[in-house]
Order: sequence, then structure tokens, then C-alpha cells
Amino acid sequence: MKMSSRMAQRVAKIFIWASALLVIVILLAIILFILIKGVPEISWQFLTEIPRNMGRDGGISSTIVGTLLVTAVAVIIATPFGVGTAFYLTEYTREGKITRIIRFSAESLSGIPSIVYGLFGFIFFVMYLKLGWSILSGGLTLAVMILPTIIRTSEEAIRTVSYQFREVSYSLGGTKWQTITRAVFPSAIRGIAVGVILGIGRCVAETAAVILTAGSALRMPVSIFSPTRTMAEHFYILAREGISMEKAYGTAALLIILIFIINVVANTLVNRFVAKGR
Amino acid sequence: MKINKEKISGIVFLLIALSALSVLALITVFIFIKGVPIINKVGFFNFVFGMVWDPSHGAYGIFPMIIGSVSVTLGAAVLGVPVAICCSIFLTEYAPAALSNIVRPAIQLLAAIPSVVYGFWGLLFVVPAIRTYLGGPGLSILAGSIILGIMILPTIISISEVSLLSLPRQYKEGAYALGLTQWQTIRSVQLPAAKSGIVAAIILGIGRAIGETMAVIMVLGNAVAIPQSILDPARTLTTNIGIEMGYASGEHQQALFATGIVLLVIVMILNAFAQYVTRRK
Amino acid sequence: MLRFKVKNMKFEIINCRPARRIGTAAGIVVLVLALSLLSACSNRNEAGIIVAGSTSVQPYAEVLAEEYMILHPDAVIDIQGGGSSAGIMAAQSGTSNLGMSSRVLKDEEKSLWYVEIARDGLAVITNPANPIQSLTLDQISDIYSAKITDWSQLGGTKAKIHIITREDGSGTRDAFVNLVMGESNITPRAIVQDSNGAVRQLVADDPNAIGYISLGLVDETVQALQLDGVEATRDNVMNGSYNLSRPFLFVAQVEPTGQTREFLDYVLSEEGQQILINEGLISPSEGTGK
Repeated sequence: MKMSSRMAQRVAKIFIWASALLVIVILLAIILFILIKGVPEISWQFLTEIPRNMGRDGGISSTIVGTLLVTAVAVIIATPFGVGTAFYLTEYTREGKITRIIRFSAESLSGIPSIVYGLFGFIFFVMYLKLGWSILSGGLTLAVMILPTIIRTSEEAIRTVSYQFREVSYSLGGTKWQTITRAVFPSAIRGIAVGVILGIGRCVAETAAVILTAGSALRMPVSIFSPTRTMAEHFYILAREGISMEKAYGTAALLIILIFIINVVANTLVNRFVAKGR
Repeated sequence: MKINKEKISGIVFLLIALSALSVLALITVFIFIKGVPIINKVGFFNFVFGMVWDPSHGAYGIFPMIIGSVSVTLGAAVLGVPVAICCSIFLTEYAPAALSNIVRPAIQLLAAIPSVVYGFWGLLFVVPAIRTYLGGPGLSILAGSIILGIMILPTIISISEVSLLSLPRQYKEGAYALGLTQWQTIRSVQLPAAKSGIVAAIILGIGRAIGETMAVIMVLGNAVAIPQSILDPARTLTTNIGIEMGYASGEHQQALFATGIVLLVIVMILNAFAQYVTRRK
Repeated sequence: MLRFKVKNMKFEIINCRPARRIGTAAGIVVLVLALSLLSACSNRNEAGIIVAGSTSVQPYAEVLAEEYMILHPDAVIDIQGGGSSAGIMAAQSGTSNLGMSSRVLKDEEKSLWYVEIARDGLAVITNPANPIQSLTLDQISDIYSAKITDWSQLGGTKAKIHIITREDGSGTRDAFVNLVMGESNITPRAIVQDSNGAVRQLVADDPNAIGYISLGLVDETVQALQLDGVEATRDNVMNGSYNLSRPFLFVAQVEPTGQTREFLDYVLSEEGQQILINEGLISPSEGTGK
């Protein structure tokens, strides 16, 4: 059956609009469900009290703090190392076999499921380095987990900085260090930030790796050596053990809202930095 | 003074890079050291193609899990890729600006949902639906494919969209000038031109699907037998590690690391393939 | 034209402030981290107790720890999951002060010090809509080894049985295998879930499912099968007529002293035991503990 091009055009249009509609419907089904069930749970009490009675009562304040601290540790450690490595690979070495191997490895490592990192973190940080179940162990493990992603996206961003920029800087008598900090870095920062934001998102949503390394303690952490439970973990445990569905939904809703806020804030910050510089 | 700063910064960068890279190397080495002994003991072919996974009786064959991973990923691709590509075409060609400003952030929001929430939602809605209307326990490859298909949508859509947007306008304008309709243009001119980018997006999405653990544990059923239909429960390489890892010790743990090695190899092959495809541009 | 471009770039490069701004921001962040690390170091000697292991025991341990910390505000107790085997391993290596186990110790673990803190019945559950109320141990074993595959073979409706079990390495599963399966193996086609709650949720939703969970977790969403007509209740476990039960153990490298000992004493005291009884467990001090 040969369709006239008019017909084909119309059919295609229907399919394409239908797909977009499908995606929206799915998104609404998931997000609305969680928000509708979860937002009523979110109260001042929910945000400030720690979980009691296995999580049936009280709030989730300790998990909020736990999530933020673990993510902060991971990002603070991974970003300088990741970006620095990316700079080294692009600016100080020549494009050759070694850099390609490194790039390939970074790409592959970012594809390993987080659970393998969790296992590594458990054996290396928790048991071997005797850091125990702690925010530090969890943060270090997550840092290692997002490191390949940050290296890869930063390197991509740095490489696409116009060659001319560098040429001009050198021709003006700039040294390598000056070129990097004043010419390349500001231009690449947007791409680098994207990678870091991706990493943050991954950390906040991570469950498997954190259970094994940061622990699942319910009390408010007092230092980075304390064990803690992140919101994603808490949601998983509450929902799976059937302890309290309402609190679970509340946790999930707050988690999604938090991720959304982080994305928006991070994007705005990046835009402001880049804009001001020009 | 200037020269010193140069040298110092150079060395600092070198140190940073070395430490970061050595940590990454450490992980790889670690996984291999932990996993290789069991592969040696059981035998490579027995491990990869062994049909029985029963650690309490010393059986470590991961073939059922390979089948599980492949089926679920394939299912996710079959369900997700067409929808994703159509959606990216929608965003670049069909959507008025106001609508795309709603749809695009919506897709980014989809990417922000943690995988445990996806799994839970699947458990609440997809699994009972399959159980009631299609039969079987509901925890099945089909459920996994649906959830994974949804999860990889944002990745494929955003990267395909970038590919399509980076095409020179002359392609489209030339096609219109020749009298092609919008759909004909898309089908015969734009899609083929953006092919390598779209393929890269698909491979990235597949990579994500293969590595997914938490959501899949909740909806796949995790039975160790080889699945016989898409309504049967199954276990993937990742969920195998996830579900037994906290409890395992000794040989059992080694076998789980060995599964990790297999996963690493699979991801490497996928990456090599993706690089090959994009380089041909 | 080129000179103009060069001039503009020169202007941009020299006037780039973002780098400095970011540098300051990063510096502040590092400073904050360093400060928090310093304060953290001083807190290192909190001398808390870590209890790790079985996810079955974990919720009960958490309630006990909570009550204990209310009575002793200076005490710090952290409960950690991971599974019976992981808990035993952690206790053996000293990573945790106490390990929790929901199964008896294996031979190679017998060198550890242990104490039974409670007894937990094992309930075999089905969906409330399932007409079958009682089964024998042999029948259950045959279901799980796939010798019986359809509910009609047992007098129920014609439907395939959906078997649900726990993961390999779970204390609950070990107990079930020891007490029910005997020589047979659980069929590889069984659906595996990683927690009591997940099993219960599945059985509650699926009319054709069968599973096993802690007796203390049975609620109105599922029905507990009778064994040979004997109801699965605490009393029947205590008097021995319902004989599916397993011990909850606390294990340690050596007999605990100090803070750990104090917590242990609390758990074994009348008050602690009453908490466990309220949650549905059986105290070893009641009835005929094995």
C-alpha cells in the first residue's frame, strides 16, 4: 500500500504528537502521584523532627541533613580532582594513545552500576580504612562514583573552547596558567557545571552505594564520622518494609522537590557567573 | 617568579590528575582482584554460560542473568527508542515555542526522579496491571522493560535533540526548496544526517538501562531460572549483585565481583561501539 | 578586521573575573570543610555502639535503641542493616560492636559469643482471598520445590502458584530452608524479594501468591496458614505446637563489656523484653525456649 506523501505526512504528525503526549502523561502520572500523596505529609514537624519508632512517627530531618552532607562531601572532593584531571588531560598532554585510553576508561567506569562502587566503598573505606559506616565513607564512595562523569564532561567542555582563545592568549604573552584560568576556564565553565550538576543529581538519588557505606542510622549525624541515612535510602526502607507509606511518600516528594531546587539553583548560578564575566 | 608559578601549577595539575586516575585504576584493579579467582576456579565458560546460580550449593553460572539483562534492555529499547526519537523530532520540528518550553523542562524533571521512586511506582501500577490483564505474577521482564524504557527517555531525547539541532539549516531549506513535505524532509534528510548522534544517544540510553539496579530489583521478580516469556520473572546482572551483595561472603562475594567484571566488559564494548559509530561521521 | 577581533579577545581575557570569583568561592568551601573536619575530629571519640546485621532484627533493635537512648541520653547507638551474614562478619572483624542474626550460627561461626534476645515465629502467608487455610509441612515443601504447581492440586481454585522467597543469604530464608525444605531445594523459578515487608506486600496484592515472613509482621492484609491445623500464634509457638520459629541472636567477637554490655543488659531485662513482646516477638524467658 503506497501512501501518498500527504497521508504519510499526516500519519507521521499524529504519531509524533502522540509520543510527546505519551511522555507528558507518563511524567504527570509519576510526579503527580508522588506529589499528591507526599506533599500533604510535608509539614514543619516533618522537616525538623528525626524519625522515631522505626520511621513510623516523627519527621525526616536527620535524613535531609544526611543527604546534604554526603552529597556535599562527594561534590567537594570530586569536583577539584575531576576538573583538574580534565585540565591536565587537555592542556598538558598531547592527544595520543594514552589520553584516548584514559578517556575510554573514564567513559566505561561511569557506566558501572553504582552497586559495584558501593561494594568497593564498603570493603575499602568502611572496613579496610576503618572509617566505619559514616558520612565520610559514603561521600568518598560517591565521589569516586561521579569522578569519571565529571572528568568526561569537563574534558568535553574544555576541548570545545575555541582554539582561537588559546592562541590569542599565548600570543599576548600569557603563560599556560594564565591562559587556563583567564581564558579557557571561564568559557568552559558552563559545560563543567553541567557535569557537576549531573553528579549532584546522581548523589542525591543514590541508594545502593549509600546503604553499604554511609549506613542506615536514624539519628541526627553530629560529624562526618557519624553514620546516617539519606532520603533515598529512607524512602526505600520505608516503602519496602511497609513501615509507613505516608512517610515514604512524603520523603519521596521532598526528594524530588529537592532535586528540582538543586537543578534550578545550580543552573541560575552558572548563568549568573558566566553573564557577569562578560 | 612567573616561571615558578608555571612549574608549580603544572606539577599541581599533574598530581591532581595522577591521584584521580590512580583511584579509578584502584577500583578497576580491585574489582578484578576480587573477581578473577572465582572465574579461575569455576572456569570462564562455566561462569559465563553456566545455567545454574545457586551459591549455597556452590553453583555460579550467570547465564540466566545475562539473558535477563539482555531481554530487559532490549525490551526497554524497543519501547523507549521510538517514543524518544519521535519526541525529539517533536521538540525540534513540530512544537510551537510555548509548548516546547513546557515539554523540555518536563523531560528534565523525568531525569531527576530517583530510580527507587520509579521502581516503587512500577510496583504500584505497572506490576498489578500486568498481573490482572496479562497474567503471571506481574513481576516480569515486561514490567522491567516498561520502567526502564521510561527511565531512558530523557537521555535519548535530549541527546537526539542536540544532534538534530546541530544540523545546518541548509539541509532542511534545500529539501523544502525541492518540494519535499515536512515528514519527507525529516525522514530522508534530517534523520539520516543526524544518525550518528542519534545512535550515540541510543547507546548511551542502553548503557544506562544495563546499569540500572534499584528500580529493576523492585519490578523484575529476581527469579534465578532462565525466563521463558516476557511475563516471567527474571534477574539481571545488576540485580544479582544488588540483591545478594549485603549478605555474601567468601566465594559468593567473589562471584558477585566477577559479575561486576562482566558488566564492566559489556559497558566497554558498548562504549567502543559508540565511539566507532560517532567517529565515522 | 583581525586586529579588531584580537583587541576584543584581549579585553575579554584580561577582564575575566569569574575565575577569581570562583576561586574565592572554592576557597571558602574548602575552608568550611576543613573547619568541619577539625570539629569532627574532636567528636571522633563519641564512643558509640554499632549494631549491624539482619534486616529482620533491625526494626526491633531500632525500637530498643530508641527507648534506651531516652533512658540514657548520653548513650549513642547506631543500628545498621546489611543482612545476617554481613552482621556476623562485621562482629567478627570488630567493625561493629554487636551483630544481629535471624538464624542459628553456622559451624564456622560458632567461635563467636552469642545470646538469644528473642524468638520469632515464621509464618507462611497467603492472600486473604485464598480459600486454603491449612497445609502440612510436606505440602509447603512440595510447593516450594515445584512438585506441586497449581492451587487446584491442594483443593483450591485452578491457578498457578506464585512462589515468593527471600534472597540467598537471608537469615529468614536459611531458617525456612532448614525447618521446612529439608532435603529439597527451592525451585529456581521462585520470585525473590529482599525484605519481609516486600514479601508481605506482594502476597497481599496477588491472590495466587505464597510466601513466608516473620510472625510478628503478619497483619490483616495477609493470612497466616495453619500448619496441620495448628494456628500460627505466639502462644502456639511458645507451647511448641507450631514449630516454625527461629532465634534472634546478638553476636559479638567476645563477651561484651562496658557500654555494649549495658545495652545488652537492657535488651535482656524485663523492660527490654516487654518491648519485644509488644512488637510480636517471643521472649526466651517465656515458655519452652529451645
